[in-house]
Amino acid sequence: MSAYILRRILSTIPVVLFVMIFVFSLLYLAPGDPAAILAGDQATQEDIEAIRNQLGLDRSFPVRFVEWAGGVLRGDFGTSIFTREPVTGMILQRVEPTVSLMVVTLAIALVIAIPMGVAAAWKRGSLLDRAIMLFAVLGFSVPVFVVGYVLAWTLALKLGWLPVQGYQPIAEGILPWLRSLILPAATLSGVYIALIARITRATMLEILQQDYIRTARAKGAAGHTVLYVHALRNALVPIVTVVGLGVALMISGAVVIETVFALPGLGRLTVESILRRDYPVIQAIILIFSFVYVIINLLIDLSYTLIDPRIRY
Amino acid sequence: MALLEVRDLQIHFRTATGVNRAVDGLSFDIEAGEALAVVGESGCGKSVTSMSILGLLPTPPGKIAGQIRFRGQNLLNASESRMRKLRGAEIGMIFQEPMTSLNPVFTIGQQIGESVRLHEKASRAEARDRAIEMLRLVGIPSPERRVDEYPHQLSGGMRQRAMIAIALACNPALLVADEPTTALDVTIQAQILDLMQDLRSKVGSAVMLITHDLGVVAEFAERVLVMYAGRKVEEATVRDLFRTPRHPYTQGLLKAVPRLGSSLGAETSVRLAEIPGRVPDLSKPLRGCAFADRCPRAQEVCHRIDPALETKAAGHLAACHFAPREVSAA
Ligand SMILES: Nc1ncnc2c1ncn2[C@@H]1O[C@H](COP(=O)(O)OP(=O)(O)O)[C@@H](O)[C@H]1O
Ligand code: SF4
Ligand SMILES: [Mg+2]
Repeated sequence: MSAYILRRILSTIPVVLFVMIFVFSLLYLAPGDPAAILAGDQATQEDIEAIRNQLGLDRSFPVRFVEWAGGVLRGDFGTSIFTREPVTGMILQRVEPTVSLMVVTLAIALVIAIPMGVAAAWKRGSLLDRAIMLFAVLGFSVPVFVVGYVLAWTLALKLGWLPVQGYQPIAEGILPWLRSLILPAATLSGVYIALIARITRATMLEILQQDYIRTARAKGAAGHTVLYVHALRNALVPIVTVVGLGVALMISGAVVIETVFALPGLGRLTVESILRRDYPVIQAIILIFSFVYVIINLLIDLSYTLIDPRIRY
Repeated sequence: MALLEVRDLQIHFRTATGVNRAVDGLSFDIEAGEALAVVGESGCGKSVTSMSILGLLPTPPGKIAGQIRFRGQNLLNASESRMRKLRGAEIGMIFQEPMTSLNPVFTIGQQIGESVRLHEKASRAEARDRAIEMLRLVGIPSPERRVDEYPHQLSGGMRQRAMIAIALACNPALLVADEPTTALDVTIQAQILDLMQDLRSKVGSAVMLITHDLGVVAEFAERVLVMYAGRKVEEATVRDLFRTPRHPYTQGLLKAVPRLGSSLGAETSVRLAEIPGRVPDLSKPLRGCAFADRCPRAQEVCHRIDPALETKAAGHLAACHFAPREVSAA
């Protein structure tokens, strides 16, 4: 078991390394002189020279990469070209809204999607089942920003139940924090609800046919116990897998949602940095998101052994 | 009043081609503490009958009519909550598939303990103690260790023992066992059967044992019910049935038995003989005797008139125009 964990952790190193090389090369893959690109349209020759110096473009690519990677490993992502501040500090300021958005989104998605999937499987073929699956199709196909504007218009502007935009840090109280996140998280959760409800339904349909479900009923277990204890426990591996894959989706979703709802998170920082061509920040954000994705999938892999006793590494 | 009284049971399934009359007018009794064997070819309605007793048959597609009276109460119009209180507490059930009938993500102890916690409101610790006690009772070695193991860590025979432990954990008055040994190796079959025999004398449950194995019938049961195409065609004590089978179908099934009176221990597994021909399509209306197309003794009348179930000798019923009748029985 611990040997497996070690092996699994080691196996992420090439992935992380590959991402680092890719991220570092971004700037140099773009056509033209990197220094000129960074300096922008209105830059003077001196500006370009200064940037060239700062990037150490006179030295070879591998040397520069090792220097940069060394900094990254120590948590130093360099200096922003736009604000001249350390990138690490800029990112830390923006982490809380994004992490909050993701956690609340996932919580909303799980709480809604799992009962939906279970109910659809239990009443397969019924009107309820068809209504739930129609909802799931809509969740996939309606663009996030449309859902966002509709929800904001009704719940915030017309009914005034929730703030229209903006973020309240958790330090200022759980309730304001949660209120500021409900709209954006509900909007972002649509895709997840669809995804998780569908996989829950499909898996549960198969599991409800199993002999051990009949055994549970023959013991006198109540309907909800059969569904939520005997069946759902067996459906968790596919559900958890989809949740893990969905994190990648959630990252790109966060970029849109933070813009729509004016949340000062990493997604907004990404957009701002792309517009400002602030490459050090862009590199750092991509790297961090990739790393988070790798870690989450590692944790999910390891969680299988807790979920299903037949899985042993 | 018998413990279980089944009266004119009808189990029909709506299918694409028509209504499949899987069980058609079945009646039988099981007395408290008695063991009734149910035999018949595959597809004759044994499993759906046993499932309907526990109310586990999916309806739709199934449709059930008639009466299933347990301690005098008709279970077919009992509420779902009443049925839940009955299942696992007063009626236990063992299935044919030991490899897949246990939930892979819960320990053996949790699965045995669940019915105890459900029906006797036992605490977690009490349920665990009962689980260990049950594992010991069903002959699983080192029960203190096994109680925390998962089904995949147990062999097929061990899993069936665990299933028996689940079914008997709350001392049910009736145990329904649907081919409990069919999926097991011959040597394991004998062990499981010995165990069930042993437990019967200890627990005193009545048993409805569905089986393909005449050795099991001879060893285990007091009475036998022979089913064909969803109906009862013969019923008698084990002794009478083996000595003088009266229905041609039963006689065909018994062809494999070496000779009447020779030892039929659990060690000798005697499968029902193959009878040439096929079971009639139950989704088409039947005329005359359901067995007529395969019966070596069929006459013209058999294709026209459905033979009624009649007492052919004391305690011996058969549904055949030409089954011999004892003078005293009429
Ligand atoms: N869920 C179901 N839907 C439709 N037909 C069924 C269903 N379950 C059983 N049957 C039919 O009922 C008949 C009796 O089946 P079963 O009781 O399993 O036979 P046995 O146990 O004697 O082998 C078969 O014809 C079978 O096809
Ligand atoms: S009634 Fe006729 S066909 Fe049916 S079992 Fe008896 S002899 Fe055979
Ligand atoms: Mg069967």
